[in-house]
Amino acid sequence: MGRPGEFLELHVTEADRRIARYAAAAIALSVAEAALPSPLPGIKPGLANIVVLIVLARHGWREAAWVSLLRVVAGSLLLGQFLAPGFFLALTGALASLAVLALAVRLPARWFGPVSASVLAAFAHSGGQLLLARLWLVPHDGVFLLAPLFGLAALVFGIVNGLVAARLLKEES
Amino acid sequence: MPWRALLRPGDWVVVLVSALCVGASFPLLWRGGRAERAVVRAEGRVVAEFPLTAPRRFAVRGPLGETVIEVAPGRARVLSDPGPRQYCVQQGWLTHPNAIAICAPNHVSLSLSAGNASHDSLNY
Repeated sequence: MGRPGEFLELHVTEADRRIARYAAAAIALSVAEAALPSPLPGIKPGLANIVVLIVLARHGWREAAWVSLLRVVAGSLLLGQFLAPGFFLALTGALASLAVLALAVRLPARWFGPVSASVLAAFAHSGGQLLLARLWLVPHDGVFLLAPLFGLAALVFGIVNGLVAARLLKEES
Repeated sequence: MPWRALLRPGDWVVVLVSALCVGASFPLLWRGGRAERAVVRAEGRVVAEFPLTAPRRFAVRGPLGETVIEVAPGRARVLSDPGPRQYCVQQGWLTHPNAIAICAPNHVSLSLSAGNASHDSLNY
């Protein structure tokens, strides 16, 4: 290392390539989604989570976490949101939903499919963001008045994303 | 392939329980407080306070005569007032917290208060 003519070689595993591919798909979805108008700041379909759910089902939680966090960092860089409040909200949401997904993968697969994981993760996502918003951005309990709307959005988009992920998983296998 | 085939039994449970929680959160968080007490003031001082649970009538003396307040479950009104223009009587039943009927000529006011007052008054 450091001597001229010598290269530092990074060993890229198959998992690394896979994570990069999935993350690219997730980033594309979140950039595309940023173009959609939203009725209320914070209410988004969260299409990139479809990719996270698929990775979770196929390759486990560790790779899903990589994809999710790469998506948050790279997506915010592309949208010019890096280190802006929106970035921290997205990061908090991603971490909260990953924490819930770590538990959700332990549910018996016979009874619980991607839709359960998606709905639970969506609630964790909104809940984490709401909590950060209360602690940091809007230090007033008034933000909790938005909770029913966020909950409704999480429910609807959680079901839709979960169904899409379930469908894609079924088609592949 | 029907979409319903993608849902496993536990998924239905998760979706239904979530929907119930979301449904319940609307009235819980958006109720905005209920009026719980009627407060009667004469010359700016509180002369009587009633819970909005049982019906009753209450008369207050002012410079012009007697103003009669009527309280009913969940609401209250000024039943009669000796004032010339009767604005506070025509306001009818007050139901919202911090609503107020002012009988200015007779120096009497009736207001409702909530259990946890979120603000002191509303002015338009």
